[in-house]
Parts: sequence; structure tokens; C-alpha cells
Amino acid sequence: MDKYSKVELVLIYSGIAIFLTFILLPFFEMFMTSLRPLDHLFRAPYQFWSDDFSFEAYHKMWETVPLLGRYIWNSIYISSMVTLLTMILIIPAAYAFARLDFPLKNATLSMFLGVNMFTGAVLLIPLYRVLRTLGLLNTYWAMIIPGVAFLIPTGIWLLKPYFEKIPRELEEAAFVDGAGRLYMLGRIILPLSIPGLIVVGVAVFIGAYAQQFLFAITFNQTREYQPLPAGLYEFIGYQTVTWNEMMAAALVGVLPVMFVFLFLQKYLVAGLTAGAVKD
Amino acid sequence: MIEKKSKLDFYPYFLLAPSLIFILVIVAWPLIETFRLSLTDARLGGESYVGFENYQELLEKKKFHRVITRTFFWMFLSVGLKILLGLAGATLLNAKVPGRALFRVLVMPPWVIPIAIGCIGWLWLYNSHFGLLSGIAQRIGLIDGPFGFLAYKKPAFYSAIVTDVWVGTPMVTIFFLAAMQGVSRDLYEAAWVDGAGRWHRFRRITIPQIMPVIVTMSLLSMIWTFNSFEIIWILTEGGPRGATTTLIVDTYKTAIGNWKFGEGAARAVIIVALLGIFSFFYYSLIKKLNKFEERK
Repeated sequence: MDKYSKVELVLIYSGIAIFLTFILLPFFEMFMTSLRPLDHLFRAPYQFWSDDFSFEAYHKMWETVPLLGRYIWNSIYISSMVTLLTMILIIPAAYAFARLDFPLKNATLSMFLGVNMFTGAVLLIPLYRVLRTLGLLNTYWAMIIPGVAFLIPTGIWLLKPYFEKIPRELEEAAFVDGAGRLYMLGRIILPLSIPGLIVVGVAVFIGAYAQQFLFAITFNQTREYQPLPAGLYEFIGYQTVTWNEMMAAALVGVLPVMFVFLFLQKYLVAGLTAGAVKD
Repeated sequence: MIEKKSKLDFYPYFLLAPSLIFILVIVAWPLIETFRLSLTDARLGGESYVGFENYQELLEKKKFHRVITRTFFWMFLSVGLKILLGLAGATLLNAKVPGRALFRVLVMPPWVIPIAIGCIGWLWLYNSHFGLLSGIAQRIGLIDGPFGFLAYKKPAFYSAIVTDVWVGTPMVTIFFLAAMQGVSRDLYEAAWVDGAGRWHRFRRITIPQIMPVIVTMSLLSMIWTFNSFEIIWILTEGGPRGATTTLIVDTYKTAIGNWKFGEGAARAVIIVALLGIFSFFYYSLIKKLNKFEERK
């Protein structure tokens, strides 16, 4: 049944090739652009091949935008803080949803998931005023706090199944031994769900890395705190856009998140799709 | 949980409180505040109550009607393409051919990287004089000179759609693939023994079996595509001459670009209302599907 004829194989591989070309074309062109000298980029008609590819842009980008290193660091810092805060908030909540019964449980869970219906863009106006009142505009917190809020629902949804998988007998045994309920969560549940915590943590980190742009351009005017997706726009200068350096910076900037992703992609995909797919 | 208690137990609420308070302050309260603001003429300077004036103005505006129509067109076209491409991609990646593990990983980068960074790549691809797409089109003779994909109304709209599809397709593909892998092999083997061809097996087994996931992903995609802001903002900022201004972009331009908080808030409330209707359909459809599953 799984044997393919030669014609079928050719069709499958060409289909995959077309599909992957669409998906990877921007990355390929970004990489090729980063290797070309700037004056080769501005040649018409378009040249498919340049004769002097080099990694010069990867050196020069740090001079063109002196704060580039800072932007990449900001991105990592903001995402890490968002991840840390989100995990602290969702662990007890996911545990309550996974293990405890209480009035309004389903209503509360729906309310959390309902947050996914909105994006930050809808709530920007009052959010701007809330952050202004709290004096948090133009600080890291202006990007961290909204980031956390929009990742809490997904985080709970992803973490809940991991807690559900832990055998209840363990808790019951500890309960008989007189363990307190918080002790049980900290000493029995958490150590047993470390793989789940890592997967969810990484998913939250990737989400936090991806969502920085909108909050950064709206709530933060301080250049020193800007994350990479917003900082990249500094390559668009008054005179020319140094596209080659911008592409080089963009590619270097996604390395941290691609790295984390590649290591854990198998577990991440399994964890993310588990809720949607019954086996 | 272990022993049934008759009196109310505060422990679950104690565990929920931190995230609940966070959501209430950062999402729920701003939502209420958005509604209140939509009834005012709030600007940077101050605000006063104007009733439903903002809404009335919007409903009378021809330009706003076009924004609404455009938003729905944007959503249905983009989601339709994502679902079709996702199905095609998942089917191809589900084929048991050498290299499939690598292909599956290669699909994912647009999903993982920040949208804003992917869009910079597309911005350069669409460049009129020096971009790859314009270059290829000139080389194969489709056009004789430079072509600004983002400079004219229709091309800009469809270019933004292509980028939106590019961002959204990987996730849809991976979910469809996971669903396809969950379909029992027995079904396929039985059909194969009966002499059913690949297309027939796809139509009669794969599609019905993964239908719940198709429905879920379509509705989630619709919500996200409706709210898709960064892609349009980076590529065109809603232009040229409003050709890519969807509801969310219009809201941002009004509220943050022109500091008309009240008028922007009215638009935001309309988005919330429209999405509310969507989520209602979403939940009732899922409920129906679940009942259908139980009966089987």
C-alpha cells in the first residue's frame, strides 16, 4: 500500500520541492542578499549571480547600527523575562485546571482561552493609558507585561495535559502521608513534569520572541530598550537602506530562537498538536 | 479532589488568582475601557461623552464600508489559501518517502521566527528595481521594466495576502500532518484491499477523519488573519491609498497614528463584536462535532 510508482515518486518530490521553495525562498534570498556587496544589490536588471560574495556585511552591520548587539540582547532578555513570569503564573493555574474540581471551572477556562480571540492591537489604546498611569511606558516592562498577558492562555492550555498525565496515586499516597497541598505541587508534581515544563517554556519563549514588534513600536520610544524586530528598522537610513547588512542582522537575530527550536522541535510539535489531535 | 468536601474550597481559586488577576488587569479591564472610550471623543488633550456618535459616523462612512468588505475578503481569501496549501503540504509530507523527517523541519521556520523579521525578507523580494520577484518576472518576459509589487493597489493587496499565507501555512500544515498521522492504518488497509485508489482514500478516509482539525484550524486562522496587523503594517502601512487597510490597520492608524482614541476605540469594539460572533460559531461548531464523534 505504501509502495509508490516511479511517476508517483516524481510527483511527490516535485510537489514537496515547490512547497518548500515557497516556504524557504525569503530565507534563501535574505541569505544571498547578506552576502552581496551593497552596490551589487542596486543593479538593474536583477542579477541572479554576483561574482564577489563575502561575509563583509556581517562585520559592518555592527558599525552601521552600533546598538545592534544591544537589540539582540534586549530581544533575548524580554523573551526570557516573559517566559519566567508566564511560567510562574501558569503553573498553579494549569495544575488547578488539570487536577481540581471547583465551581465555574469550565467558565474560567473558556474565559482564558477567549483571550486568544484578541490580539494586542485591539487593546492598544487603553493598554497605552494603563502603562502610562503605571509609569511603565518606555521601559522593558511596557513590552514584558502585555507579552505575558497574551501568552498565559496558550501556556495554560499547553501545560494542562502534562499535569493530567501524572498518576493520581502518587498524590494520594503523599496525601495519606500528611503532605500539604502546596508541598505536593512543589515536591511531587513539578519534578515529575519537568519535560512538560521545558516544552511549554520553550514554546512560550518562541512566542514571546515573535510578538515583540507591536508592543515595542507602540509602548517604547527608548532606543536602548528596543528589541531586534523594531531595531532592525534603523538600517533604513535617510539616504540608502543597507539591505545586505539588514538581512545579515535579521538572520543573526533569529539564530537564538531557531537554535532552541531545532533542538526541541520534535517535542514541541508533539506538545502543541496534542490538544488538537486525539490519538 | 481526594475527599469530597461540602464546604467551598478556596485552594483552586488561590492557585488561579495570579494569572486571573493579570488577565483581568491587562486584557479584561482594557476591553471595558475600550468600550467606554468608544462613547467619547477622547484625544490626547481630554475627552467628553458623545454617546454613539462615533459608531454613527462609521456606519455612514462609505470608506469604512469598504474597509469592512476588504477585511472579510482578506480573511476568506487568505484562510482559504492557507487551508488548501496546508492540506496539500501535509499530504505531501505524510508520504512515506526518504527525507521526509528533514522536509517536515524545513516547513517550520516561518512559524518560528518573528513575523516582523520574515516580512523584511518579503519587503526586499517585492522591491521594484532590485527584488528577486521583479527580476524573475523580467527575465521570463512577464513585464519589461521594474514592477513595484507594493506600489499599486491590487498588486499590493495580493502581495500582502501571499506574505500572510506564507506566515500562516506552516502551522496549519503541521497540525494537519499530525491529524493525518493519527488516522488509523486499518481504515486505509481495508480500503486498499477493496481496491480504492489514493485519491479515493484521501477523499473518503483522510478528509472525513481529520475534519475536526480542519474546522478548528480554519476558525483559529480566521481569527488570526482578521487580526493580522504586523504583516500589513510592515509591507504597506495600509497603503497605497488604503488598498491594504483592513479593520485592524484602520484601528491602529486612527488611534495610535492620529491620536483619535475615541474613534479608534469604536473600531476596536466593532472588531471585538465581529470576533465575538466568530467565537460563538466556533464553540457551537466544535460542540456539534464532538457530539457527532460520540455517536460514532
